[in-house]
Amino acid sequence: MLEFPRWKVIWLWAITLLAALAAAPSIATVMGFTIPAGIYAPKVNLGLDLAGGSHILLEADPSQVRQQRIEGMDESVRNKLKQANPDIRISDISNRDGALTFLVEDPAKVDAVREAILPLTNGAGLTGARDWTINVIDGNRFVLTPTPEGIDQAVAQAMETAVEVVRKRIDALGTREPTIIRSGANRIVVQVPGLQDPQALKNLLGQTAKLEFKLVDTTALQSDIQRGVAPPGSEIVPYAAGKDGGPVGSIAVKRLGGIRGDQLTNAQVTNNQQTNEPQVAITFNTEGGARFAKLTTQNVNKPFAIILDGKVLSAPNINEPILGGSAVISGNFTTQAASNLAISLRSGALPVDLKVVEERTVGPDLGADSIRKGMIAMAVGTLALVAFILAVYGRFGMYACIALVFNVLMILGIMALIGTTLTLPGIAGFVLTIGAAVDANVLINERIREERHRGRRVFQAVEMGYKEASRAIFDANITNVIAAMSMAAFGTGPVRGFAIVLLIGIATSVFTAVTMTRMWVAQWLRKARPTEIAL
Amino acid sequence: MKLLKLVPDNTNIKFLRWRVPFYVISLLLMAASLGLVFTKGLNLGVDFIGGQMIRVTFTQSAEAPVGPLRGEIEALGYGEPIIQRYGKPNEISIRMKLPEGADHDSGLSDKMARTITADIKAKHADARVDGVDSVSGKVSGELWHSAVLSLGLAALAVAAYIWLRFEWQFGIGALFSLVHDVTLTLGLFAVTQLEFDLTIVAALLTLIGYSLNDTIVVYDRIRENLKKYRKMPMPELLDLSVNETLHRTLATSLSMLITLTALLLLGPGVIFGFTAAITLGIFVGTYSSIYMAAPILIWLKVTSKSFVPTENALEKQERLAREGA
Repeated sequence: MLEFPRWKVIWLWAITLLAALAAAPSIATVMGFTIPAGIYAPKVNLGLDLAGGSHILLEADPSQVRQQRIEGMDESVRNKLKQANPDIRISDISNRDGALTFLVEDPAKVDAVREAILPLTNGAGLTGARDWTINVIDGNRFVLTPTPEGIDQAVAQAMETAVEVVRKRIDALGTREPTIIRSGANRIVVQVPGLQDPQALKNLLGQTAKLEFKLVDTTALQSDIQRGVAPPGSEIVPYAAGKDGGPVGSIAVKRLGGIRGDQLTNAQVTNNQQTNEPQVAITFNTEGGARFAKLTTQNVNKPFAIILDGKVLSAPNINEPILGGSAVISGNFTTQAASNLAISLRSGALPVDLKVVEERTVGPDLGADSIRKGMIAMAVGTLALVAFILAVYGRFGMYACIALVFNVLMILGIMALIGTTLTLPGIAGFVLTIGAAVDANVLINERIREERHRGRRVFQAVEMGYKEASRAIFDANITNVIAAMSMAAFGTGPVRGFAIVLLIGIATSVFTAVTMTRMWVAQWLRKARPTEIAL
Repeated sequence: MKLLKLVPDNTNIKFLRWRVPFYVISLLLMAASLGLVFTKGLNLGVDFIGGQMIRVTFTQSAEAPVGPLRGEIEALGYGEPIIQRYGKPNEISIRMKLPEGADHDSGLSDKMARTITADIKAKHADARVDGVDSVSGKVSGELWHSAVLSLGLAALAVAAYIWLRFEWQFGIGALFSLVHDVTLTLGLFAVTQLEFDLTIVAALLTLIGYSLNDTIVVYDRIRENLKKYRKMPMPELLDLSVNETLHRTLATSLSMLITLTALLLLGPGVIFGFTAAITLGIFVGTYSSIYMAAPILIWLKVTSKSFVPTENALEKQERLAREGA
């Protein structure tokens, strides 16, 4: 146990010093030095609770994805059967209650319908799982239900897109170093350090930005609209709440025959030259431009509604076909709202609505205060502990204390190297690790003392001490690892930060408190050859 | 240099003589803690019951004007605030229920936060808003669920590990002393009504790890002595093991308490409850490893036969020397 060949000594020192060296940039920064650019200097990141900033947890509703899929299938089935030759007539179509149902008017054509829609219901994945189940009840009523697998996959895809859209929008705000990650099946965590007022950010993320152009149903009676009754094939859409003086109430628009405004290449805030009101100028891509041209050509002199997230922005008349592939949206906007809309349209629509379910904002002063107090507590605690350990264990205590210093440096260094985040509870983790790390040395030293009392000679007593104590040290640390792992698994941000400090601390403390002190003690024993040790 | 001895050499305190009264006291304390938790309840933070928490520091005041604040905030019409000091007397947290409908429209809770912070800043020039947390009922429910789950799983996992490394009786002993430590700490939170939030659960998990350290060291020694002194009666053997490890137990606990006390007195106020939980846990854990974890082995009938003798050459030599003497 006390044999340390030269190569081993070199290795141990190399690991220790390298890890400790990696702590240097972090310490230098805290002490107020600036590190020149161009030098590789990994630093410990500060969590939001120390650096200040905003944490926002966004959630999508999977049932919305489900409904979207059913409505999409509604449209696909209609189109498919319209193309069939001879055409197949269906009626009593419903996309409510989690399934698409319709009646095939001619029961003889049930098989033909099944054959026609079968390709629509196959899963896109490689698993072979079907996205839809098709049932026929009462002879001619089709019931199409999305399978859980299909829904899960659709949710996963939607969330992937949503993360991208969220990233683009936050980047457009110009905030620095946001963290955007998916969490669980249908959530996104957004963390923006330094952001004090998350209102603008939330406004931006709360906007789905689904833009639609639909024809106004001019046959609808105003009294019916007020009662919420739409003519067949139409739906009632309310006006968006803009600045004062805009149109209020609702209008009826035709369900089908509109286009989506998702094929844009650009969106920009401009000012209306007549009214000087802010508006958003959009430019379609080639395909979107062609569709828009078709819609406007076929419906000259009819009004169409510009609908954003289910609210009508405006319903202008189509005076002439718009062929240039660009258009202007005016909607009684404030400058801020117009700018948000432009950013949202540029970044693309969110595939699902996102709702804020958790939000934490920390001011910058609290974090700075916490770091300062944490450092003071750590310094005082360490000094008191060093005094205590020296008083109780003398020379062996000194080795433990040196190991302690290296331990702290190594934890910092490793945190910087693997890029983990130091949180406020993490500071407590540091202090705790310092207190707990000497436990290994206490166990070893007590054992050496006992072995001496039993009459073993110095060298043998030290050897036995390290050997016998290592079993309890190992077991005790494993239980700590189990506890810290369950913390890392369950905890969010700050708590996980604490668990990570604990885990790194357990590993480094075993290394410094057991291996390094053993090396130092062995070197001293060889050199001094004491026949008596003070313990 | 003369070294400091925390206990004299060859200390032989008959700890186990008092095992029954101490067990009764501990069980009563546990029952009292549980009773308090269920009657008085834990002061659950927004992490676990949802709502909004605003932290404010009054930088120029020695003490936060809690009384006037309560009236001012209530006048805003968002309901009754829970205002509590944490850390220093000039640091407070204000907790509110989320307004009706905030589950669908998070703008409502934003508006509440804005209204309240603007009002405080207008009426108190030195008020510094340190943070706003809004947690929806759904998320808080999940957090509570996973907190309870992780505590339970962690306790079972470490107990299973002890069982694996020792014997089943030791696993039960470890689990029992864990439950004891966690229950008493919960009792502290019920008595003091310190805010119980996510970090406290982290503290309890830490405690599970650390309070077991002492238990493991004592158990390790008991196992060793069981192999060594095969004819010694259990109570005597347990006393011997506890006494042999007593200096270590004290040295380690004191080391932890020294650093924790520094953190408690000088550290950031935001984690005061967290530090308090761990500090109490270390105290209780030290006690429970002696009075909870060890005596239970007698009642669970651990004997030297519980272990297959696996003495090595050196131990055998020692035993023969002892028996010869």
